[in-house]
Amino acid sequence: MMSEPITPEEVTHVAYLARLRLTEDELSRFTEQLGAVLTHAADVEALELDDVEPMSHPLPVENTMREDAPQPMLKPSDFLNEAPAVEDGRFLVPKILGEQP
Amino acid sequence: MTSAIPDHYQSASSIAANVASGEISAAETLEQYLNQIEDNEKDVHAFNLVTIDEARALANEIDKLVSKGGNPGPLAGVPVAIKDNLCTRGIPTTASSKILQQWKPPYDATVVRKLKEAGATIIGKTNLDEFAMGSSTENSAFGPTRNPHDFSCVPGGSSGGSAAAVAAGFAPIAIGSDTGGSIRQPASLCGVVGVKPTYGGVSRYGLLAFASSLDQVGPFANSVKDAAIVHEVIGGFDPLDSTSIKEAPSPFTDLLGQGINNLKVGVIKELMGGIDGISDEVIARANEAVTALSNAGAQVEEVSLPAALYCLSAYYLIAPAEASSNLSRYDGVRYGLRVDGNNLNEMNINTRTEGFGDEVKRRIMLGTYALSAGYYDAYYGKALKVRRLLAENFADLYKDYDVLLSPTSPCTAFKIGEKVSDPMTMYVNDVCTIPSNLVGHPAISVPFGIGSDGMPIGIQILAPPMNESVMYQVAETLEQAGT
Amino acid sequence: MSPEIFKENWELVVGLEVHAELATTTKLFCGCLNQFGNEPNTNVCPVCLGLPGSLPVVNEKAVYFAMQLGRALNCTVNRSVFARKNYFYPDMPKDFQISQYDLPTNSDGRLDLPNGITIGIERAHIEEDTGKTTHIGTSGRISGADYSLVDYNRAGVPLIEIVTKPEIHTIDQAKAYVSELRAILLTLGVSDAKMEEGSIRVDANVSIRDIGETNLRTRCEIKNVNSLKSLGRAIDYEANRHIGLYENGESPKQETRHWDENAGRTRSGRSKEDAEDYRYFPEPDLVPLNPSKETITKIDQELPELPAERRKELLDLSGAKPSDIALLVERNHDSFATETITSGGSPNQVIKHLVNNLPDGLGQLTPQTLAQLAQMEEEAKITNTQAKKILEELVEQGGNPSNIAAESGFEAIDTSEVENLVDELITSHSDEWERFCAGEKKVQGFFVGQIMKATSGQADGKLINQILNERSAKK
Ligand SMILES: [Mg+2]
Ligand SMILES: [Zn+2]
Repeated sequence: MMSEPITPEEVTHVAYLARLRLTEDELSRFTEQLGAVLTHAADVEALELDDVEPMSHPLPVENTMREDAPQPMLKPSDFLNEAPAVEDGRFLVPKILGEQP
Repeated sequence: MTSAIPDHYQSASSIAANVASGEISAAETLEQYLNQIEDNEKDVHAFNLVTIDEARALANEIDKLVSKGGNPGPLAGVPVAIKDNLCTRGIPTTASSKILQQWKPPYDATVVRKLKEAGATIIGKTNLDEFAMGSSTENSAFGPTRNPHDFSCVPGGSSGGSAAAVAAGFAPIAIGSDTGGSIRQPASLCGVVGVKPTYGGVSRYGLLAFASSLDQVGPFANSVKDAAIVHEVIGGFDPLDSTSIKEAPSPFTDLLGQGINNLKVGVIKELMGGIDGISDEVIARANEAVTALSNAGAQVEEVSLPAALYCLSAYYLIAPAEASSNLSRYDGVRYGLRVDGNNLNEMNINTRTEGFGDEVKRRIMLGTYALSAGYYDAYYGKALKVRRLLAENFADLYKDYDVLLSPTSPCTAFKIGEKVSDPMTMYVNDVCTIPSNLVGHPAISVPFGIGSDGMPIGIQILAPPMNESVMYQVAETLEQAGT
Repeated sequence: MSPEIFKENWELVVGLEVHAELATTTKLFCGCLNQFGNEPNTNVCPVCLGLPGSLPVVNEKAVYFAMQLGRALNCTVNRSVFARKNYFYPDMPKDFQISQYDLPTNSDGRLDLPNGITIGIERAHIEEDTGKTTHIGTSGRISGADYSLVDYNRAGVPLIEIVTKPEIHTIDQAKAYVSELRAILLTLGVSDAKMEEGSIRVDANVSIRDIGETNLRTRCEIKNVNSLKSLGRAIDYEANRHIGLYENGESPKQETRHWDENAGRTRSGRSKEDAEDYRYFPEPDLVPLNPSKETITKIDQELPELPAERRKELLDLSGAKPSDIALLVERNHDSFATETITSGGSPNQVIKHLVNNLPDGLGQLTPQTLAQLAQMEEEAKITNTQAKKILEELVEQGGNPSNIAAESGFEAIDTSEVENLVDELITSHSDEWERFCAGEKKVQGFFVGQIMKATSGQADGKLINQILNERSAKK
């Protein structure tokens, strides 16, 4: 295993992916704490599990679906009042820098 | 005062019977509990919000129905405290996070709707670790909840407010959510009964997601029977939750009072000293529980659950991974907090940086890392495989045993501030409860005496999926032996 | 087959990703209406607004449509698992898109183009659409906007994303692929497939390589293409951009680019910081879809005849031009044509009317009435112009073509009657007749005009010419 399970650079990158900003202080603290969890997780990383089927779901349920039938919808007043900023019945957001990926 | 434990708990079933017969009104019952809250809530801080007006209105409705001769339902007039990560229409639902900024949902969670339909009086929203991430209820944006047995101690978490509310006599019933032990561990630390149902047994619709494949909603109560009754009310198929189970389980109260003669109980040796960090005192008490069950006629044997050794690691990869995605929606666009910025990206970052607490940030980053390109297979992928191994271990054991037993929490309630700065130490609190979440099986924590510090100890009974009736049967026997 | 040359020594390599909105009544994961054109944020609920605590439940009709399309594209229909694609963007209420990743509903199919070329289909998976963002500011574009407004009516609308293998090597093939896919979507009725209204959207993965080279070079994904014409222009622009870079000793970097229709160029769409890392993982709120063998057999049995078969059938029956046949299949008029022809309508007349005179629909017309009309025309009982007038009436009100002809005074003039009139005219105008026989074409008009005058325009022009030619040949 690596001596450092996660670097400050990786933590900075991950924070950006998660839309979080860290102070210098937080960066070193979180790097250490995440490192401790990942070091503990190294026992799992080391397991030989090639033939084991991953289990993303606790129960073997399949094919739960609903009919293509309309259900009651919300009135705009039910949720627009809770929005930080609204214009003409739409949610207002600041200037977007890039196109949708 | 340093504690707030009432002399006597009223059972939910007796309240409902009295309200239905007209002997004591729902309104009168409610006032008794509101008085208790009035007296001790400032010390305990179990609630983010006590919904006095709404509760009085609900109680009056029930009384009106009773006076007209209507059927008020199995929880008629029973005050119920709701964990503040379950949606309540028009009533702030915060997950104890600044980022939701007193958000008022336009809908009720299915569980809340079912409780109201059963005649319950929703009394308020209880405190929790922010977004249910924690084991002490210290990670709340609104301050910690204190253990009613000793105000200097934590109530456990994340459903610490709900556990404390029941222990302090603020409500006979509370609802919590359990992702890695968040009902059972605080139940154990507060000396009440707490149940994590079979995954899919209770609808998650309206539960603010932490880790979707692990989260389950369940009851806190002062008795096993009350827990089973409430579980009956909130459980069942919900077409709004794709992961809810269509088949109806056998009624949870069916086997109560039957004794446990000839039932087979396996005692998980990995959780009885096999894994470091479980206190000797707790193990000793668990062994007394084993003796009690054996005296009651059960066949008790030590069994091995080898994958239990890896559960903590697997859990702390899977749960944060799902959480990192579930919590992306708190971006300042549609509801809750917005901290402005020069552009969308800045606004997103400012909002999330200011709105989330440290523990939530830690888990979001951990989960983002575990899912990110290059690390998925080593971390998240492997964790999912451990989960399969664990499920196979359990399936093998349930060929021979009706239920399994372990302690609920590795220790009794610890001091406020004692563990909060060291995440890894805190995470170890979940070591006994996590296995049931990873495989979706039901488990219950039953109070079983106290430790040398005078604080409660809980014993956990684990059962196969959809087999809660036998879980309640064994838990009731233990409950009787413990008192 | 020799490789197609795009330019000098370069071969074009294109893979297409087509997103088609499925024509369900409700959205993919909630019971909100899947409807276009309503007031903003009126077709929404906690689920498609991504409100905390809400959960998705799959629409069975969307899944059925997706599997139908899969089988129509000769795909294997698999056990499938929904996955979350994580990235922040305000038109996505949950800041992740529910899509399918390593286990899509359909995989490994093919689509045969009308010209015989086969395009491999990699996969066709189900996913949810995003909301709609409007950029407010002087330019109306994303850059230069002051702020944006978001409407979630479209959020959660079911999409099927059909991904080809990188097996398209010309712009015409790319366009033909999209046309054929549209025809299939329309035949199945699973999508409105209107490119201009955005109910189908095409992204093109474009790269370039040396002729004969077998590996794939860096590709760029071109988005925001709104018509077949701009698809062609966008691919052409992007391919040339790549060639330009390679010829300068540089190479393109893999990225998403956006087609700017007005500027006629593609533009890089994202900032450098946003290296794409979608952190796909299985959607824990949904369970796998696992259709039984019986379900798939049933889908196969219920599959309607596909455009290729339909075109072949009509071609065999009518012998008409392939482009006319393709048009009729697209309009869904091919079975009408077949029935009309088998009821005795002459193929030429039937196809001609359906292609040219009936673009707006068939109204009250039936195969039997059109067959009769075509017959009358074929037998020269009525003229072209008269046939068109009768047709209009048949579309509007229905009825019997010969009755309409009689009521309109389009009484057929007997061939022998026209022959008599021609012969009389030849005798009375021998000068003109000599000139006609000498090949002076303009006198032909004189003869036709005179006969038309004598018959009040009811004689068939073609018949007159035919008689004139017979007479002059005999002379
Ligand atoms: Mg897609
Ligand atoms: Zn909706």
